[in-house]
Amino acid sequence: MELDSVMLSRILTASTLMFHAIFATVGVGIPIFIMIAEFLGIKRKDADLLVLARRWARGYTITVAVGVVTGTAIGLQLSLLWPSFMQLAGQVIALPLFMETFAFFFEAIFLGIYLYTWDRFSNRWYHWLLTIPVVIGSTLSAFFITSVNAFMNNPQGFDLVDGETVNIQPLAAMFNPATWPKVFHVVMSSYMTAAFILAAIAALAILRKKGSDYHKKALRIAMVAGLVFASGTALAGDLSAKYLAEYQPEKLAAAEWHFETETNADLIVFGTINEEGEVSNALRIPGMLSFLSGNSFDTEVIGLNEFPEEEQPPLWIHYAFDIMVGIGMFSLLISGIFIVLMLFKRFNEWNKPLLWSIVASGPLAMIAIECGWVLAEVGRQPWILRGFMTVEEGATTSGDVGIALIMFILLYIVLAIFTVTVLTKMFKNRPPEAEVEKRYPNGWVE
Amino acid sequence: MSLEVLGITVLWVFLYGYLIIASIDFGAGFFAYYARVTKREHIMSKLISRYLSPVWEVTNVFFVFFFVGLIGFFPDTAYYLGTALLLPGSVAIILLSIRGAFYAFGNYGVSNNTFFLFLYGATGLLIPAALSTALTISEGGFLEETENGVVFLAGELFTSFYSWSVVLLAIVSVLYISASFLTFYADRAEDADSREILRKFSLFWSAPTILASFLVFLSLQQHNPEHFEKALDLWWMFGLSFVFFLIATILVYMKKNYGIAFISVMLQFFFAFFGYGASHLPYIVYPYVTITGSVVNETMGTALIVVFIAGLLLLIPSLFLLMRLFLFDADYVKGKK
Ligand code: HDD
Ligand code: HEM
Ligand code: HEM
Repeated sequence: MELDSVMLSRILTASTLMFHAIFATVGVGIPIFIMIAEFLGIKRKDADLLVLARRWARGYTITVAVGVVTGTAIGLQLSLLWPSFMQLAGQVIALPLFMETFAFFFEAIFLGIYLYTWDRFSNRWYHWLLTIPVVIGSTLSAFFITSVNAFMNNPQGFDLVDGETVNIQPLAAMFNPATWPKVFHVVMSSYMTAAFILAAIAALAILRKKGSDYHKKALRIAMVAGLVFASGTALAGDLSAKYLAEYQPEKLAAAEWHFETETNADLIVFGTINEEGEVSNALRIPGMLSFLSGNSFDTEVIGLNEFPEEEQPPLWIHYAFDIMVGIGMFSLLISGIFIVLMLFKRFNEWNKPLLWSIVASGPLAMIAIECGWVLAEVGRQPWILRGFMTVEEGATTSGDVGIALIMFILLYIVLAIFTVTVLTKMFKNRPPEAEVEKRYPNGWVE
Repeated sequence: MSLEVLGITVLWVFLYGYLIIASIDFGAGFFAYYARVTKREHIMSKLISRYLSPVWEVTNVFFVFFFVGLIGFFPDTAYYLGTALLLPGSVAIILLSIRGAFYAFGNYGVSNNTFFLFLYGATGLLIPAALSTALTISEGGFLEETENGVVFLAGELFTSFYSWSVVLLAIVSVLYISASFLTFYADRAEDADSREILRKFSLFWSAPTILASFLVFLSLQQHNPEHFEKALDLWWMFGLSFVFFLIATILVYMKKNYGIAFISVMLQFFFAFFGYGASHLPYIVYPYVTITGSVVNETMGTALIVVFIAGLLLLIPSLFLLMRLFLFDADYVKGKK
């Protein structure tokens, strides 16, 4: 591996995006939960739930702030590190990028209003209404940016004649075939991740001090939503795989270590591979890959050998795929068990092993997000714009990428450390029970 | 109006918007830190945080809007400025990140941390300095197109008189704009102590602002005579700018109509900024990128304009609501809510 400016640019882009992805995912997912908690709180006149919404919102302000600054960084870095790519992309895919800034505006304005108007309206429902634009704004920003990413995977809506872009159709570029499965999967997985992170926090609190009502209510909301969104994520993931089978077979083939085109193709889970492409130690599920690609064992799945060597993505993305899917199954399982135990009163859903699994599910969901993006982005290599421009052609020629990389890595380390300490300090010395007591001394809400 | 003129006008309006609200924010950071070290913070800091807390994210979006729009309307600038600005751009992003994050950490999380406030105050002056170099570079003379791509002549930038005079102007303008706004806000909040301090600041920084502007003019004549000549053709805009400067300063001096005084400051910068921008045309990056040569294809340009109008229809009522709740709500301003 040579550390030229192309390689350094890739490392810097990957670092920034993987750091931003943590906060972006939380940023898309949490507003829904603030919305649900406040809704139930007002409806049931439940002081616990209103304090819950408040505390979720308070933590959210910190992650939003880091999301905003890292997002600004990646926005500028796209031009700084990939100038030739942005010059071309600007001609064709500028529309959703531009629309995204309006989504940011919309969210930022209403989030500002929401945070500072908790007790300003005599009718509490007015305050709740403010969550709607926040949810719409953050979900729309995920939609717009994901459609740009979809375009990089499946460029459409233009022709390239002698290096000039002609016949430009902005809407065809924006709504390319990759857009819908990708957006669906990204949005669902963000909601799901937020659910499991909030669940993990509540479960940890219950394990530590034998659960107050406050935490049990939080955990129930998060687990019910977790089951719904985890199912949505799995469904959307299945659609993504079918999309790949049809439009980007090389990515699916690399992720599945599938070399020869065939029907009734096996799904390979984990395992190791040697220089000759022989797989060992793997779990083989007969015919499953065909089924995943087209809902039938007879589906023909294109193999990696159909593609010239220099256009094959690296094979290690297989592990990213398996980890992501594994975590998806695990989350479905534990949220399912929790709900079943909750519905049948005979059982105890507050048992320790289950609570510890829930604690684990939060960080695991975030790992699944990172693995998913690594699969999607590394699986696109060597292309920056599939079929039109390679990563190498898109990169900057500047010799200063190395210094920039060091500066940004330091920045992310500092931000990570402070985010964690500030968030822990914020909640440690202010237990929720005391806050309920202070804000709603009668124990209920007028 | 042709597409490219429409596009650059929209972008320039947003950059102007960012200039005003970001200056308020940057300067306020400095004043908040100053108040802490001079032990006068009980008066001013509450006032400043009450204004800033609800709006800082909106400020940032103005900036994002500008650079995303610039790439959308004029994709070639992504190529030229992208290659050239890697280092100064990265420094500016890092400063912006530190500022935004530590503002949130200090304000929503653990309060009363002097180190956070120091970062917040210091970056408030460094960021305008770093960002202003983008305008300096667009004057030409700091980029060279070679066979291997565009090269940024950092040495030239650091030794250029013009470049330093722009940095100076950026810093004093930030303090001046911010002090003028906060004087008005303190007055609305009926917080006489803060108002007096801020009023003195605003008077103190007014003369340096004008001197620095003259300095920039003089050095521009040396650095880019072509631009200087075109600026002279638009002398009336700079004249109007000066008139509004006088109105603002006199009103503040006479302790009258702080609202109108602040509007005059806005107009002072409006005319100077648009005079500068108009005389800069047709170049975006002198002499490589012009608005006509780099404008995006017509289909995309039209689509962007349509989205822009739709976006405004959504934004203006929302911004109006934000201002009504926080800026023009007398009880909120006074800290009763
Ligand atoms: C909580 C996170 C999470 C979970 C549990 C899953 N995914 Fe996923 N996956 C993502 C989070 C994610 C993601 C971060 O959202 C990605 C990255 C890029 C994208 O479009 O979505 C992604 C990408 C991604 C891709 C590549 C899409 C492309 O490159 O166009 C496929 C084929 C799948 N996923 C399939 C699945 C399947 C079959 C799952 C089974 C349950 C699954 N994912 C669970
Ligand atoms: C937030 C979630 C995302 C993560 C974690 C992520 C991760 C990555 C990684 C790991 C790489 C390096 C791949 C390699 O060089 O081998 C990369 C490259 C890149 N990504 Fe993403 N990505 C994300 C979203 C996006 C989106 C939405 C876009 C489009 C606007 C995008 C644009 C790019 C570009 C331009 C590159 C550089 C070219 C390349 O190396 O292929 N990324 N990303
Ligand atoms: C190349 C990829 C990306 C770019 C260029 C980008 C750009 C940005 C920018 C400029 C901001 C700051 C906006 C502001 O000032 O308010 C931001 C924040 C945000 N981004 Fe990204 N982003 C990228 C990837 C993603 C992805 C993949 C997602 C979602 C899955 C996402 C979701 C968000 C959200 C929700 C915020 C707002 C922060 C918050 O409110 O929590 N971004 N992004």
